[in-house]
Amino acid sequence: MSYSITEPSSRQKWIAGILVVGYALLTLLPLVWIIATGFKTPADAIAYPPKVVFTPSLEGYVNLFTSRSRVTPEDLAALGPPTTWYDAIVRQYDMVITGPSRYGERFMNSVIIGFGSTFLSVFLGTIAAYAFSRFKVPLKDDLLFFILSTRMMPPIAVAIPIFLMYRELGLSDTHLGMILLYTAVNLSLSVWLLKGFIDEIPIEYEEAALIDGYTRFQAFYKVVLPQAATGIASTAIFCLIFAWNEYAFAVLLTSGTAQTAPPFIPTIIGAGGKDWPAVAAGATLFLLPIMVFTILLRKHLLRGITFGAVRK
Amino acid sequence: MAQIVIKNLRKEFGAFTAVQSSSFTIEDGEFFMLLGPSGCGKTTTLRMIAGLELPTSGEIFINGTEVSQKPASKRDIAFVFQMFALYPHMNVRKNISYPLVSQGMPRDQVRAKVAEVAEILGITALLDKPVGGLSGGDRQRVALGRAVVRDPACFLMDEPLGALDAEFRERMAQELRALHDRMNATTVYVTHDQLEAMQMGDKIVVMNHGVVEQFGRPQDIYDWPATLFVARFIGSPAMNLLPFEGMVGNGATSVTLAGVPVAIPKMISGGDGTLTLGVRPEHVHFSDDAGYRGRILAVEYLGTTQIVTLETALGQVKVRIGSDRAAHVGETVGLRFDTRSISLFSDTGHALISTANQKVLTHG
Repeated sequence: MSYSITEPSSRQKWIAGILVVGYALLTLLPLVWIIATGFKTPADAIAYPPKVVFTPSLEGYVNLFTSRSRVTPEDLAALGPPTTWYDAIVRQYDMVITGPSRYGERFMNSVIIGFGSTFLSVFLGTIAAYAFSRFKVPLKDDLLFFILSTRMMPPIAVAIPIFLMYRELGLSDTHLGMILLYTAVNLSLSVWLLKGFIDEIPIEYEEAALIDGYTRFQAFYKVVLPQAATGIASTAIFCLIFAWNEYAFAVLLTSGTAQTAPPFIPTIIGAGGKDWPAVAAGATLFLLPIMVFTILLRKHLLRGITFGAVRK
Repeated sequence: MAQIVIKNLRKEFGAFTAVQSSSFTIEDGEFFMLLGPSGCGKTTTLRMIAGLELPTSGEIFINGTEVSQKPASKRDIAFVFQMFALYPHMNVRKNISYPLVSQGMPRDQVRAKVAEVAEILGITALLDKPVGGLSGGDRQRVALGRAVVRDPACFLMDEPLGALDAEFRERMAQELRALHDRMNATTVYVTHDQLEAMQMGDKIVVMNHGVVEQFGRPQDIYDWPATLFVARFIGSPAMNLLPFEGMVGNGATSVTLAGVPVAIPKMISGGDGTLTLGVRPEHVHFSDDAGYRGRILAVEYLGTTQIVTLETALGQVKVRIGSDRAAHVGETVGLRFDTRSISLFSDTGHALISTANQKVLTHG
């Protein structure tokens, strides 16, 4: 549908442009600073006044991915020349690389738990939303309210009971435990969001498919799902952002095998001096997947946020 | 090709009864209209035939097989929705081939069949276009294509022209009728537009409040309405209905309207109390020597004819006469009713049987 509105004047356009650019700078500045810090040397990172122009260095990334140990200059000399470029960087500080750091593992944990819980939330949410949207469910409104009510208190309010339950069940510090937890938190959001999207798909499409010879499930799969793709994509983004960034439960419930990146990154600070470039490098890499995911789905995200606002 | 028999079909939604015990038969190859105002149960009836709603009780036979509890996909029917319900994520070709793909037809056969149907409907050029950009008429042609392509036992159409603008509607109505005549497939068509029903249907069922009011050929329903509701609903302008207190006995040939005797067809049944005399506007004529008189309130000029509204002793009467007859507002004229075309309704709203409507009303 096309709307007829008056063309904004060039002055209005200018004002709008300045506001948008100003806001973008404001929100992007911390991001730019984090990314820049990742490429500074530790000295540059804490220099005062802050250095905007600096010689880029990969020290932060090397420190992020390695464990290092200090050695005496004599021992260092005995080792012979450095064999790799990252060896060379480390040796400037009288150190040698003793092995990989835990960052890679923690990052993978975040990927498994983040995407696993997102998949589960969206999968279960779609099925539940479809049922709520299309079938006569006894006590439907009460159930929907109940589902929403789980969002009414901050999840961390139940942290202690969950901690105790998880300890009993052996779910503490496991991938499964974290996936289930994040799914439980996200499910109310995904059911409600997706119900809205599925409600907007006219039921005639499924009826047409039923008459065309398909079963209810086939009609759901072949006709409803493709049209709900937008809703599913934007719901997935919301769920992933929560699961990816979640910090409090991760600190409380994970320490080793299932620890995600958010509780791990701050621990880098403590490991021998304040290594800000390594922390910044860890944060930068941690930002990437969700940025890529969001950019890939941004068309859907925009429609998702404004859904229902405009009638087709 | 199929005969559809509906027996005592009933549908309740909670405390609300949408359809109360309907029975009628749709003969093989008929273009059958389910007509009534919105909320009368016509769409529910159609959806029960399709299998999109399950009846509370009653039976539906398609070609002799009882199908009332079978899923839609097992009934071999095609349904055309008011909102077309074309799959928006597929192009025209895919939409039309979808029912065939579900039957597992080989790909080259599907292609040939789709091409053939597109040719009939004149949409060959559209086949590879997305459905989103099509005009209303073209969407409806695609929806028809999707229905036609599988050679179903019958077509069920739920106000298929309702979403089209007036200009397209006329053309699509003709195309639909032409398509039906060519394929000769049983078609059940839901509409609230009585003109559409009269224009296209072989037979009409008129429904109101979930009850079948009358069932028959358009001409019979128009000439001999079985109830006051049908008399009011069919025809534009509607039948003139003049309520009067009185009594007609079996064999009576006249009634007294406001003291004036009016000849009626010979009655076979009788009634008394508040009766209603019904006569179509085109069956009322101006006649100076007629005893029943009225004063002209308004004149609507319609080209070759005009509708003259008169105030009479028992209420307003509309008369359709040729435009050549001068009619002036305020003039008082005598009204003569065509005896042969008069209907009488009892105080319960049902037509009394006379020698004129006997044939229509006693077997249907």
